[in-house]
Amino acid sequence: MSLKTEVSFTLNGRAVQVTVPVDMNVLTMLRDELNMTGTKYACGEGECGACTVDVDGETINSCLMYAVDCEGRAITTIEGLRTADGLDPMQKAFVDHGAIQCGFCMPGMIMQAKHLVAKNPNMTDDDLRRGLEGNVCRCTGYYKVFDAVKDVVRGTAEAAE
Amino acid sequence: MESITQPGIEAYEAPASIADAVQVLARGDVTVLAGGTDLTVQVDAGRITYGKTLMNIRRIAELQGVSEAGGRISIGALTTVTNILDDDALAQSVPVLRATADRFASMQIRNAATIGGNLVNASPAGDMIVPLLLLDADVELASWRDGAVSTRSVALKDFFTGPGKTVRADNELLTRVTFAKPAAGFAARFEKSGPRPALEISTVSAGVAGTLENGVLSNVRVVLGAVAPTPLRAAKAEAALEGKTLDGDTIAAGAAAACDDCTPIDDVRASAWYRHHLVRVFMERLLTDVAEN
Ligand SMILES: Cc1cc2nc3c(=O)[nH]c(=O)nc-3n(C[C@H](O)[C@H](O)[C@H](O)COP(=O)(O)OP(=O)(O)OC[C@H]3O[C@@H](n4cnc5c(N)ncnc54)[C@H](O)[C@@H]3O)c2cc1C
Ligand code: FES
Ligand code: FES
Repeated sequence: MSLKTEVSFTLNGRAVQVTVPVDMNVLTMLRDELNMTGTKYACGEGECGACTVDVDGETINSCLMYAVDCEGRAITTIEGLRTADGLDPMQKAFVDHGAIQCGFCMPGMIMQAKHLVAKNPNMTDDDLRRGLEGNVCRCTGYYKVFDAVKDVVRGTAEAAE
Repeated sequence: MESITQPGIEAYEAPASIADAVQVLARGDVTVLAGGTDLTVQVDAGRITYGKTLMNIRRIAELQGVSEAGGRISIGALTTVTNILDDDALAQSVPVLRATADRFASMQIRNAATIGGNLVNASPAGDMIVPLLLLDADVELASWRDGAVSTRSVALKDFFTGPGKTVRADNELLTRVTFAKPAAGFAARFEKSGPRPALEISTVSAGVAGTLENGVLSNVRVVLGAVAPTPLRAAKAEAALEGKTLDGDTIAAGAAAACDDCTPIDDVRASAWYRHHLVRVFMERLLTDVAEN
């Protein structure tokens, strides 16, 4: 059995301490050790984006990141988006546009979409398509997803005016 | 369950300096972890087994970032592909680095994937290797010797010895890659294949660079990826192009020579015949683009 070590980090704004095998990935830690099953496991090798989470303001595939590397970092998962006021505007836009079908890809898709808007509030349609390249969806055909994100982009742009 | 055949990892280290890291490496049997995008996949596939020590180098600030001094540009081993894509100053002086980074995987992978990992992983299809070979880059390797950090520099063209193999010794850490800031008139281009724009392991990649003056190309560099056991400097193509006026005949001759330089294989991604075809098409496209701009 692999060596275990303790990691301390911030998860969705709360301090967390957990003892994990040093070769465990972040996705397994979230799902199996912390019971945070919002983040999904699909390909397990960086191809599909279902496991996308935000680490210190950058999105990564949590199936490829080592849990030990979370030490001192701030992680945000889909569970962290909901506030006392309800759904995050991005989640709401996806619901309003009917952009969610089976929903399996959506935690990753929404985390990545939020990152894109935060990184570039003035993104073009091409930036949006390119930015979601790492998120595979078998159901929606992506168009409703693009429409939902574009709504949020417009809202963000208007709010900034 | 306790495994008998797999001894597993006995120590985890996350050093904060190069000096500490090379002392860990000096113990022997260490697996280095950077962004993890190759390591995870290769461990899962059984191509890599962990050493006694797992060493996470992501806490070493000295390995981060791009700098310039004395006419040379230095890219730290931990610089991510996203860092390169987003660096406007770097894109200004070396546009081919941004152009290559832009074709690399997905944003989530680019956010984790490091330059050091791409070089040490030594895939024949490693994308960032191509522009760095065009730039005549050197890699710096650090180790612990006689109670101090000792470094050596290796030309990138001599670094790779086979798929996944390099001249890096087990006790060495790749610290950075450096190259002379290109002079005015230097042109470099990158192209890779794949039905999708991103998330594509290159079936074939190609790079061309040189100085174009009055229509004549000199200091020619031609690099081909995924058509030989290592990314390749294409000597015949370079000879066919060096000092020539870059017209249609020269371009055709350079593209034909590049096909002679490579030894592609048939595999699940493409046949050798198709790879040869791509080399010719990419060479023509890249050289035409250099000639026209
Ligand atoms: C879905 C997917 C898509 C991909 N697409 C591309 C692509 O388009 N183009 C491409 O080129 N690659 C691609 N890759 C491969 C990979 O992302 C890159 O090779 C990446 O640059 C590796 O960097 P890393 O920091 O993640 O390395 P790691 O996985 O952390 O390490 C890779 C290897 O290098 C060693 N190592 C790392 N840093 C050092 C150092 N400083 N000194 C000594 N040894 C070191 C490690 O021990 C390991 O053996 C892809 C991978 C995945 C999973
Ligand atoms: S499960 Fe991580 S990218 Fe598919
Ligand atoms: S909604 Fe089903 S995979 Fe995207």
